[in-house]
Amino acid sequence: MYEIVKKRELNPDVTLMEVAAPFVARKARAGQFIIFRVDERGERVPLTIAGYDREKGTVTIIFQKAGLSTRLLGELKEGDAILDFVGPLGKPTCTEGIKKVCVIGGGVGCAIAYPSAVAFREAGAEVTAIAGFRNKQIVILEEEFRAACGRTYIMTDDGSYGEKGLVTAKLKELLDAGETFDEVLAIGPIPMMRFVVETAKPYGVKTVVSLNPIMVDGTGMCGGCRVTVGGQVKFACVDGPDFDGSLVDFDELASRNRTYQDREREAAEGHACRLLAMGKEG
Amino acid sequence: MPNMTLTKTPMPVQDPKARGSNFLEVALGYTPEMAVEEAKRCLNCKNPKCVEGCPVNIRIPEFITRMAEGDFRGAYEIIAADNALPAVSGRVCPQETQCEQKCVRGIKGEPVAIGRLERFAADWYRENVHAMPQKPESNGKKVAVVGSGPAGLACAGELAKRGYQVTVFEALHAPGGVLVYGIPEFRLPKAIVAGEVEKLEAQGVEVMTNMVIGRVLSIDELMEQGYEAVFIGSGAGLPMFMGIPGEGLRGVYSANEYLTRANLMKAYREDSDTPVLRSKRVAVVGGGNVAMDAARCALRLGAEEVSIVYRRGEAELPARAEEIHHAKEEGIVFRLLTNPVRVLGDEEGRARAMECVRMELGEPDASGRRRPVAIPGSEFTLEADTVIMALGTSPNPLLRSTTPGLEANRRGCLVVDEETMMTTREKVYAGGDAVTGAATVILAMGAGKKAAREIHRKLSGTP
Repeated sequence: MYEIVKKRELNPDVTLMEVAAPFVARKARAGQFIIFRVDERGERVPLTIAGYDREKGTVTIIFQKAGLSTRLLGELKEGDAILDFVGPLGKPTCTEGIKKVCVIGGGVGCAIAYPSAVAFREAGAEVTAIAGFRNKQIVILEEEFRAACGRTYIMTDDGSYGEKGLVTAKLKELLDAGETFDEVLAIGPIPMMRFVVETAKPYGVKTVVSLNPIMVDGTGMCGGCRVTVGGQVKFACVDGPDFDGSLVDFDELASRNRTYQDREREAAEGHACRLLAMGKEG
Repeated sequence: MPNMTLTKTPMPVQDPKARGSNFLEVALGYTPEMAVEEAKRCLNCKNPKCVEGCPVNIRIPEFITRMAEGDFRGAYEIIAADNALPAVSGRVCPQETQCEQKCVRGIKGEPVAIGRLERFAADWYRENVHAMPQKPESNGKKVAVVGSGPAGLACAGELAKRGYQVTVFEALHAPGGVLVYGIPEFRLPKAIVAGEVEKLEAQGVEVMTNMVIGRVLSIDELMEQGYEAVFIGSGAGLPMFMGIPGEGLRGVYSANEYLTRANLMKAYREDSDTPVLRSKRVAVVGGGNVAMDAARCALRLGAEEVSIVYRRGEAELPARAEEIHHAKEEGIVFRLLTNPVRVLGDEEGRARAMECVRMELGEPDASGRRRPVAIPGSEFTLEADTVIMALGTSPNPLLRSTTPGLEANRRGCLVVDEETMMTTREKVYAGGDAVTGAATVILAMGAGKKAAREIHRKLSGTP
């Protein structure tokens, strides 16, 4: 069992938890992920590591209560425990040889982009961050980004905070102004990552994306997370999750991620009782 | 007088119709009377060929003699001396190509049902003798076992008996490896695997789940933590795909994924949160045990038609005879001499059919089996909303890529000295599918046991 030592609601849909997992904390690096299973009935769900404290032995996860399992996880309180918490899985974000980088996060993707931004800075790179959100209410990690990055731009779709517009608009603006980057790291919804790739490409800038396909074991055993990268089949859990965005077959990824959408919808309705039951237990 | 009946005492099974919609065990096991009757078919040969046919050399005629006398406990104890997991191997060993193939009774008629008798002895013992094994006195030495499948469990058990303090590291959340994620409940009830793990724990073996060695700790770090030897029994978990168009469509699974969802994650149960597609028409590509397991799971998950698509003929099917027989009884359609060319999808990216080509057998290939050759122009379309690829697996590269000096061959299998089971790293041993590539449970157990003896020899300094 893995105790939740700290819980904080970052916005109405997004929760931060610090989980006691000393073995994972000792080895975790930015870009890697964990798989949790909330209880005996639970499915195995991957979440990218948002931070870690090697001394305290804790790992931070930030998640959006989107599906059944993340909502069940969100019901847990400080002092409760998660049944299974395995990691660190996947390859860490590669910071080698990067002097100037633009880290772009979309929505809850910022939770994953942030530790990578820190990793780049610690590796000596000059980091520019662009964090995009639908509106002011859901902005997360602003202070953290500002503290870690040379420059931080907050973008909102409706202009209710920061600048109005998409993250790609800011990226294009910077590139047009003559800014150069060795690499762009984009983490967020599939359409966002795809547009970032397309935006950076004409400027000759490589975009690395962090993928979140459906997964079961996370160790290369099930192949459920396979993605086509440059015409080759890769397993995101062991070969990734970071890949060269210009080579990723996003259409296939988006389609595969919809495999259980009908069931998810059913679960959202049918499992309401389970959520209620959990709330009461706590 | 021996029982000279030419055929095996039949094994009671669940009705094929009824079992098509449940995950309960198919083969129900012998009653004590049946076991005695079948045991009496053994001629107790002076030079028992069956023992040679057994990868762990169980003293088969000896245990069967006890059984014929009604001494079931004695029979179990003889088996257990050589086989760490008899309830498992009695159920999943391919006896027809091992012990039973060598049985003289098989020359005229059917061989003695050695597997069924082994299973009976183990089940009888579990149900009637509740004593947990004692924890042996510790010798103060620590050994790490990576992977809790058949190789790892057998190795751990053998070391624990000799007083070693053994820690088994398992990547998944439950111990058992392929016995829990791969082999379905209806063929090997998970309670049996859990029971075997409990026995090991009673002997002082510590099982740590959620530990992916190679990520959370390296082999070198295990050594630094005081483990004096490491046994790698990490299996062959990496699924293969055909590399044909359409394998990225929704509804195309590796057998590993499909079985893991169904077995380990219990997706067949209403109260499991793990989803698995509820399909109408399922095509399983491959002809081994894993293909049979996947097909029979698909049937039980409610599919209307399930086919096995295999490029060679009936005689070449690598699955156990009993699994093929059970699959046919349950209504699985065998499309033999058939090979997929591509998977066809709908506009939403979901699999809807598989284009196949008919095959014929040509000259023997390197494996000695006749090579299947496509018949030009014989392409046809097989409707399938789910396609499961059961083409075999290869060892996971995680350990060899994170352990300096650990060598593997071209197929990714760890290189070991066949005499000592030691890898190319001092005090690091390996066995099971991680070394052989996908093989059988009993071979893995045999390898785990052998490695344990070698580890003991090394660490105790005995010649």
